[in-house]
Amino acid sequence: MSDLASHLPVLQVLIPLLAAPLCFLLRKEAIVLPFTIAVSFACFAISMNLLSQVLGGDILVYEFGGWSRPYGIEYRVDILNAFVLVVVSGIAAVVFAVGPGQARRVIPEGREYLFYSAALLCLTGLLGVTITGDVFNIFVFLEISSLSSYILIALGLNRRALMAAFSYLIMGTIGATFLLIGIGFMYQATGTLNMVDMAHRIQVLGPTKGVLVALAFVMVGISIKLAVFPLHHWLPNAYSYAPPLVSAFLASTATKVAYYLLIRFTFGLFGAALVFETVGIDRLLLPLSIIAMFVGSIAAIYQTEFKRLLAYSSIAQIGYMTLGLSFATQAGVSAGLIHVFNHALMKGALFLVAACVTWRMGGTNLDVMKGLGQRMPFTMAAMVVAGLALVGVPGTVGFVSKWALVSAALEVDALWIAFLIMASSILALVYVWKVVEIAYFQTPEVELERREPPLRLLIPTWILAGAAIYFGIFSSYAVDVAELAAQQVFMVGL
Amino acid sequence: MDIEMGLDAHATIIFWSMILPLIGAVGVVALGRWPNLRDSWTIVVGISTFTCVTRLIEPVMAGARPSLALPGNMAGLGLALEVEPLGLLFGLVASGLWILTSLYGFGYMRGHEEVNQTRFFTCFALAISAALGIAFAGDLITLFLFYELLTFSTFPLVTHAGTEAAIRAGRLYLGILVSTSVLFLLLAILWTANLSDTLRFTPGGILDGKIAGASAGLLLLLFSYGVGKAALMPFHRWLPAAMVAPTPVSALLHAVAVVKAGVFTVLKISIYIFGIDFLAKDGLSDILMGIAAITILAASIRALSLDNLKARLAYSTISQLSYIVLGAALANSAAAMGAGLHILMHALGKITLFFVAGAVMVVAHKTEVSQLDGLGRRMPITFGAFCIASFSIIGLPPFGGAWSKWYLVTGAFDADQPWMVVVFMLSSLLSIAYLMPIVVRAFFRPLPEGVPDGINEAPLLILLPICATALGCFVIFFYADSVYRLLAPAMGLGG
Repeated sequence: MSDLASHLPVLQVLIPLLAAPLCFLLRKEAIVLPFTIAVSFACFAISMNLLSQVLGGDILVYEFGGWSRPYGIEYRVDILNAFVLVVVSGIAAVVFAVGPGQARRVIPEGREYLFYSAALLCLTGLLGVTITGDVFNIFVFLEISSLSSYILIALGLNRRALMAAFSYLIMGTIGATFLLIGIGFMYQATGTLNMVDMAHRIQVLGPTKGVLVALAFVMVGISIKLAVFPLHHWLPNAYSYAPPLVSAFLASTATKVAYYLLIRFTFGLFGAALVFETVGIDRLLLPLSIIAMFVGSIAAIYQTEFKRLLAYSSIAQIGYMTLGLSFATQAGVSAGLIHVFNHALMKGALFLVAACVTWRMGGTNLDVMKGLGQRMPFTMAAMVVAGLALVGVPGTVGFVSKWALVSAALEVDALWIAFLIMASSILALVYVWKVVEIAYFQTPEVELERREPPLRLLIPTWILAGAAIYFGIFSSYAVDVAELAAQQVFMVGL
Repeated sequence: MDIEMGLDAHATIIFWSMILPLIGAVGVVALGRWPNLRDSWTIVVGISTFTCVTRLIEPVMAGARPSLALPGNMAGLGLALEVEPLGLLFGLVASGLWILTSLYGFGYMRGHEEVNQTRFFTCFALAISAALGIAFAGDLITLFLFYELLTFSTFPLVTHAGTEAAIRAGRLYLGILVSTSVLFLLLAILWTANLSDTLRFTPGGILDGKIAGASAGLLLLLFSYGVGKAALMPFHRWLPAAMVAPTPVSALLHAVAVVKAGVFTVLKISIYIFGIDFLAKDGLSDILMGIAAITILAASIRALSLDNLKARLAYSTISQLSYIVLGAALANSAAAMGAGLHILMHALGKITLFFVAGAVMVVAHKTEVSQLDGLGRRMPITFGAFCIASFSIIGLPPFGGAWSKWYLVTGAFDADQPWMVVVFMLSSLLSIAYLMPIVVRAFFRPLPEGVPDGINEAPLLILLPICATALGCFVIFFYADSVYRLLAPAMGLGG
């Protein structure tokens, strides 16, 4: 048993990787669904276990085939990536448990297993990117997750989903290519692909031309994946045309993993001194983050489709995360990480609300949401709760994020940035309240009786919405872990 | 051991006074199908809540500060409740008047045949729970939590009618209250957290020596404007807008619980975060004083020109709220005492005025001042109460308002601010000018043609609360001493 426990890091990735083709073989939905749920919960359990192992400050290293670096590939678990693993696998467990109650509408009868295969592959990729200690491995897993997410997005009901998936494919591939070129330069400069070795050698080398070029390529590549303003254009289409379940999963996980990469590369591989002092990325990232906060929120206000509104809101929320990082302080990174967790909960809940609405109304145009407050009271209550969290009302996770981020801003004496963060959260109130007013005050064109979506859809929605309140009041679990992770990033590095 | 036991018992009382309204809300939902049962339940819960709060008077008067740590730790900071004199007074006012307003509400909502009464009374109970949370909050974070909860729980009440006008009013309500609280109040709290290692309400304040000069002035302004519920100009527009709500809401929330939560917060921050002595230093609060004085006068003048009765009362409220802000800004014990007393005195007077406005609406279907000719002869008790409450608002003895005004003016003298004395005097004259014509019209003008003479009073459920609060205005004049003794320790006056 203890033998198995020592293999947990590899099992974290191996289980979903093997489960994906198994879904393909099992085919029958009655078997595939419980199987997928079991797999995703197993992943969640493993990640929780990994987190508890590293929380004391130890770093877990798993060498493949017993080959230690620099010869072999290794997986490396510290607090930072264990935290992200928990977020990704946790959201996967909740969202996959919904099953295709939603997907059934958009996937041809009898082909649900393809959906599950793609979803599990995507999960594999995201977990792999997060856990690996090898730079090239990052690229490989990133491609696994991206390719499968193109499939998932293309499953959308609207035919424009195909176009959205295609343009995401183009942008995603460009991003991956940039990342790969960057990794190539890094390899050329350091002669290793292992992250720890690479970090040491870059520190010795200092800002040589090769390292700087690598930094530029890597940053652009990750920024595309993360949808940093102005490289965000793929995101609104992808999230709004994808099946809502897919949006719920991707919005809460894919960008979070990209944010993890940003932290890993800046603080772990290149080192804060190079990135912030020599190159001064913060001078670019800070204004871009603030613009994203406002452009994303203002664009969200003008949307007429619920999922598209949420997608633009995501761009603004990603702005909060990158803003935290651009302070280049421990408090800033910790605030960004707290928001990774919190945003996953609230956006996940909101996209699941979108799934509920799609199940009932066949779409999520704001027009069809008229009067849903009386017709789907529990669903809409979840929407209000998660929406208020997005605004940052105290008692919800959004407040915890806002508090941490503004504290970080005040710590670097940036009162005006603190003010801008507050101002942009008012914009969030505007777009959230727009939906609330439509749902509660407008009368629908056709009279509908009161009916809620099946519990399989409603319970996961409320799990996330409830968590958005629970972790808003009992915030220390997430906050402590995020602070420890940020501390480790700053004190230990890799 | 004894003390330990005593404290635990107090914690239990705090717990129940917060939880009872919540249980009440759940009960209201559950009993929604049986209106009589539902409404009796509300009364039972209201009386129990009030009883709970009154049981805190004795220990607080004896110098204890009952406290209760809530589970949870928002943003890494624990949530805590602690009852001190000022908060207790606000808690007593809110929970006590809740009972009367509930009675009144049953009469009004049924008389008016309003829909969605269950939702209405549920949100009402939630709002009271939030108001008690504000009253008993032991630190700024806890206060902010309940402050925002109060905003969101009262939103469905403001938009109760669901009409276009109500929705627009709701937008203004939420827009101003949330924007100010997030942009200014939260920023000010975070700033304070950055300066001080504690956010606890501490006698004597926590900021002295940590901030000075213009920054301190800015922080004070952030706090004062951040509390949008105090309706300082120019962030006062939400209050008249909220008058679109049913009258019981206007009466309890927008004359008592919500707005008093605002000025209470300003007063509490002045006393327990800045500290009165610190505020008095270097004219720190001069700008706030000016803003409050302008609000007092401008709102009174605006009230003169309004024909809609509830709108006129709303502007009168804005003006009276700034009495309390001004009391805090004058920064001495007498003024703070006046401000504290005014929370109670104005509540009793203003709720009576709103009750009357609602009674007139239910019985005679009149909403404008110009339509009230001769109505006093048909509704003598109602308008008699209106007259008494007006006297109290104006500050005439033997009614409660006289005491608070007395201490406020004394405070203005103590602070060496003769202009502020003038402001108080002018504002009294103005309040005579906007309140008395209503009384005169109702009693001395003839009834319009075709309206039958003879008594046509409001239903008993409406009339009783009106008489009770009007009587309160009178009785409290003679018992102001006990309120003074309750508040004295908080204001730095020897008990």
